[in-house]
Amino acid sequence: MAPLVPDLLSNELNILSGLLVGIAFGYVLEQAGFSSSRRLAGLFYGRDFTVLRVFFTAAITALSGVLLLGWAGLLDLDAIFVNPLFMGPAILGGVVMGFGFILGGYCPGTSICAAAIGKKDAIVFVIGGFLGVLLYGEAYPSFSGFVNGSALGPVKVYDSLGVSRGAFVLFLIVAALAAFAATTWIERKLNPEATSRSFPVLQHRLAAAGLLALAAVLFFLPDRKTSLLAQVADPVYQRAHPARYMTADELAFRVLDTDPRLLVLDLRDEQAQKTLALPGAVSVPLDGLFAKEWQGALGRRHTTRVFVDEDGSRSLQGALLAERLGYDNVRVLQGGLAEFRRTILEYEPTGPATTAAQGDSDRFRSEARVLMTKRIADAKGLSSRPRKVVKKIQGGCS
Amino acid sequence: MTARHMNPYLAGVLLGLVLLSAIFISGRGLGASGALKSAAVATMETALPAHAAQAPFYKEYTTEHAGNPLKQWLVFEVLGVLIGGFLSGVVSGRLTWVTEKGPQITSRTRLAFALVGGGLFGIGAQFARGCTSGAALSGMAVLSTAGFVTMLAIFGTGYATSFFFRKLWI
Repeated sequence: MAPLVPDLLSNELNILSGLLVGIAFGYVLEQAGFSSSRRLAGLFYGRDFTVLRVFFTAAITALSGVLLLGWAGLLDLDAIFVNPLFMGPAILGGVVMGFGFILGGYCPGTSICAAAIGKKDAIVFVIGGFLGVLLYGEAYPSFSGFVNGSALGPVKVYDSLGVSRGAFVLFLIVAALAAFAATTWIERKLNPEATSRSFPVLQHRLAAAGLLALAAVLFFLPDRKTSLLAQVADPVYQRAHPARYMTADELAFRVLDTDPRLLVLDLRDEQAQKTLALPGAVSVPLDGLFAKEWQGALGRRHTTRVFVDEDGSRSLQGALLAERLGYDNVRVLQGGLAEFRRTILEYEPTGPATTAAQGDSDRFRSEARVLMTKRIADAKGLSSRPRKVVKKIQGGCS
Repeated sequence: MTARHMNPYLAGVLLGLVLLSAIFISGRGLGASGALKSAAVATMETALPAHAAQAPFYKEYTTEHAGNPLKQWLVFEVLGVLIGGFLSGVVSGRLTWVTEKGPQITSRTRLAFALVGGGLFGIGAQFARGCTSGAALSGMAVLSTAGFVTMLAIFGTGYATSFFFRKLWI
């Protein structure tokens, strides 16, 4: 699952990918006309809204791609970099950059692109940017408290506004379409040479309709985690996808045998695990199955993965979820730990065995009861958790 | 012969796909001002190593970024922007050597304001932890509040003050 960094791509290859991404970035910026300061500044005078069109179309394209890839399970939305929010510095920085834009006619990305085709004002702008960073660096100690205070973390905009993700995306796309229409109208009024005069009207209307359809899809697009969790909890889905079970006897035998090909996954909360924890069991919450830090333990090859909980209901969900996430050899402890207690830990023979098989079973359970109780006491109720080895992805421009 | 510019919506879709591929491959968005910061840090470490070793701005950078400040994803991405912009200029016949300016000002004035504007962007991008690319555009693509706030502040300020600086451009 993407992002390919840090697990699938080394740092060197990642940096090389940055070069390739940058070449595409610079090429598109120049083709879009972002290498012209008058065109960029024209945004603020109603003469040329190219910047607004490119900027918002790009944001919506990337945003839709991120949401769709996340829904398809191809991109881990919890792993990608989300800009952390520092409200005061974000506003002040934006205001200072706004002045920089209206005075300088570029932003850093476009100035580099314009410098590449020989705009002298762009080269000077880049030098100015470099000097600005040095100036900031020298003055930094006097306002580092302001810059680093009030860290609000990687807040999502729809949470800040208190709306659902789908509603916000729908609003954003409709607002962008309205802005495209309004600015084209303004531009044609104010600028007789506006590029928008030559736009193919029919194609643009069709594209707008397509974008509205995409907005509708994104509005109803469920979060992958939520939809998978709901799916495995649905009785209809459970009936259609019968899980495979492991009996308490087999589990007891394999635990006592310290079978290296057995992985016991305990889905109960920590409180319940204190009262009874199977030796070697791994404690994992149900939604933890999505997280990267569990992939190593869960993905061990040639292993039978047994999900346990008190009554077998949550472990059934865990097993179905694990199968949906692509893990194989998944089992559910039949009857849950309640059954395991009854048949192993608190085993009482019901009377003299009538068949040879029952005699064997009685003997095994009586022995297992003693051994298992001792093993559990030795393990001191501790279930292990995999160590967090998630590497942080760097991002942003700081 | 100078070719016409690409349709802005098509350019937007392509730019969005470039941004999406950066997120897909590297888990991060595009950027530009970060490379200026890397260049500033590298310059200071070379020119005044004693100062770079004790000034908090440079020390924080070193603890947050392992290795050579120039061997960073953003630095290579910005080198790519130079290459890509140049290639596009070649393809569309737009290579030039001019100072682009409004009709009412001299080239000297234009260059002075470009220097000041660049400086303000360099400073502002440090406060906001990114510029139009790294904070606003990339931040919006991952629906971060920081991205939307910075975007609104940049463009809002541009519009609010554009009247006073109209002589520079029209």
